[in-house]
Amino acid sequence: MRISFEKRLEQSRLSAILVPVFSFVMALIFGAMILLAFGVNPLQAYTVMVRGSIGSSYALSETLVKAIPLMLTGLGVSISFRMLFWNIGAEGQLAMGGIAAAFVALFLEKYLPPFLVLPAMMIAAILAGALWGLIPATLKAVIGVNEILTTLMMNYIAILFVEYLYFGPWRDPDGFGFPGTAQFPETAWLPRFTGRIHFGIIFAIIAAALIWFILNHTKRGYEIRLIGQNPRAARYTGVNIGRNILVVMLLSGGLAGLAGMAEVSGIAHRLYSGLTSGYGYTAIIIAWLASLNPWGILVVAFMMGGLIVGGDQIQIAMQTPAAVAQVLQGAILFFMLGGSIFANYRVRIIKNLEKSKSGADGYG
Amino acid sequence: MLKRKVMLISVLLIFAVVLSACGSPAATVSEKTKVAFIYIGQPGDLGWTFEHDRGRLMLEAELGDLVETITVPDVSEGPDAEKAIRDVVEAGAKIVFTTSFGYMDPTLAVAEQYPDVIFEHCSGYKTADNMSTYFGRIYQPRYLSGLVAGSMTEANFIGYVAAFPIPEVVRGINAFTLGVKEVNPDAKVHVVWSNTWYDPVKEREAAIALLDEGADIITQHQDTTEPQKAAMEYEKLSVGYDSDMAQFVGDTVLTSPVWNWGKYYVATVQSVLDGTWEPHQYWGGLADEVVKLADFSPLVPEDIKLMVEAKKAELVSGDWDVFCGPIADQDGTVVVADGECMEDGDMLGMAWFVDGVVGTIPAE
Repeated sequence: MRISFEKRLEQSRLSAILVPVFSFVMALIFGAMILLAFGVNPLQAYTVMVRGSIGSSYALSETLVKAIPLMLTGLGVSISFRMLFWNIGAEGQLAMGGIAAAFVALFLEKYLPPFLVLPAMMIAAILAGALWGLIPATLKAVIGVNEILTTLMMNYIAILFVEYLYFGPWRDPDGFGFPGTAQFPETAWLPRFTGRIHFGIIFAIIAAALIWFILNHTKRGYEIRLIGQNPRAARYTGVNIGRNILVVMLLSGGLAGLAGMAEVSGIAHRLYSGLTSGYGYTAIIIAWLASLNPWGILVVAFMMGGLIVGGDQIQIAMQTPAAVAQVLQGAILFFMLGGSIFANYRVRIIKNLEKSKSGADGYG
Repeated sequence: MLKRKVMLISVLLIFAVVLSACGSPAATVSEKTKVAFIYIGQPGDLGWTFEHDRGRLMLEAELGDLVETITVPDVSEGPDAEKAIRDVVEAGAKIVFTTSFGYMDPTLAVAEQYPDVIFEHCSGYKTADNMSTYFGRIYQPRYLSGLVAGSMTEANFIGYVAAFPIPEVVRGINAFTLGVKEVNPDAKVHVVWSNTWYDPVKEREAAIALLDEGADIITQHQDTTEPQKAAMEYEKLSVGYDSDMAQFVGDTVLTSPVWNWGKYYVATVQSVLDGTWEPHQYWGGLADEVVKLADFSPLVPEDIKLMVEAKKAELVSGDWDVFCGPIADQDGTVVVADGECMEDGDMLGMAWFVDGVVGTIPAE
């Protein structure tokens, strides 16, 4: 006897609703057990988490602040995932965008008219992220190098490069030797709305609209979706897969680069050690939780921001160890992602005698 | 595709329902004044944060009827620090102690926003009407520990694992080296930068690198006991820092320059409660007991103890200080002339090594 997962041809409407609900409830119950183990009342903890993430305008603004880079990187990786190109490199593309934006802010700002500083930073960041993404894309398109490895490894190069810059040549000369660049001039700060919510939220919305339009209303988008659904069929119909890889990675890396610009220009106003704090990896989870839907990514990124900010609140209000909040976040993601497997696949128990007529990817 | 959307929408709905269900407030009104501590590491680091937390516990013991304390550990130095500081204020803290150099600008940013809250930043130099700085002249016990190390090294090679090339750390290295040279002009102090306050693995590796090169005494400016433990494993001696590290490592720790924040925390909070708090830049020394030299290891001979005690009495009396001339820098140029003493301002900006230090301060 063995257990096999079989892809559902048709996902039932009921399971589409029930599975996420069930997963979420399971996550909350699992989280409650963890909280109880730490002597914390779970209901109170969940209340604190919710109020800390959306309960006040300040809480809401902090949640959005965390959500902005997640939205942009999530959108970036989602478009490459659409065509089954596994871009794990959003973190590095974000870092390169941050570097390019910082270069403009620190060294070119004085030569530019004030109204051009921010656009120049944006363009530089998008280009830097896109070019960083283009390297693994070219390797894949031309000689078939596995992009999971190259995009991942290029993250480390980018992160070390940021460190080199703010520990070394770009370090603030007036910073008493402390790592980090000087603060950008104010012309290089992204405008803020309220709290720390900055213009990056507009970038994210425009980016979502752009991706939605490209995917659904352009020939390019059709090709991308076709490749994602059946690469072989796409090639037979004359789709140039290599060229699509290059285009998609320019877009994907460009969006991550823009996220880096939004972080340094909207929040930190300098290049610093916390720039690469894992947004590019969380983006991957967000893209899948949102089923690669651009509007869904905006919402799931917002919820993820709430989970991060609310988690901090449990720590502060209930004085639990920081790890408790992280375990909670992990539990929720684990159950939600795990649940989606059951929505898309059917578990079948196959008896020994019966001859298996399907592989993991087959139709049962 | 439609099913995917249904699933996405139901995921979002669950979040919405749960969030709104938990929205009822469960706040408990407290009469006590809330005092918050922002930590760079965990109290369990047995070093820097451990000592701040010991000070906090003394505050609770002495003023527990009037104040309650909250702590936020593991707050990285960067934009997220601003959020952590604002979070504790939003959680009701009236006095906030931020205990790492890199919290300086974030503390100032939040202080400007909440004029009714008192902020105390450890080890920085920026102040406001509601923000003070506090620190201790740890260079005084550092010097004394240098006397011990200089007397007991046989290899004349002392290893110093140092965090960041900022004045605070440079000052400690110089004071220690002046102590070493006072009793042993042939000894050299070799510096390795870790570029981190709290990274047990890196600290340990740096210590091992120095031990492999021939160091027979290890000291450090870090937050953990790892360098001392590495020295013990190599059957070498060490000098602790932050806390009395002999209690965690053993008799191989000859002595430790230690922090003793409790008195300052109690006095400062009391002054806020009394309404007598004024902005200040506190920099107390051995005479105030905010810094101390821990008890000697049994391995330290009696005559060395007596010599160190005599020097300590000089420092406590205020007749003499560590940075009184003649002092030469690494090139042999006399920086502080005979009969002169450095001003506090010059000490706070120290960016050069004294003669006897082997190592460089990375160029600006």
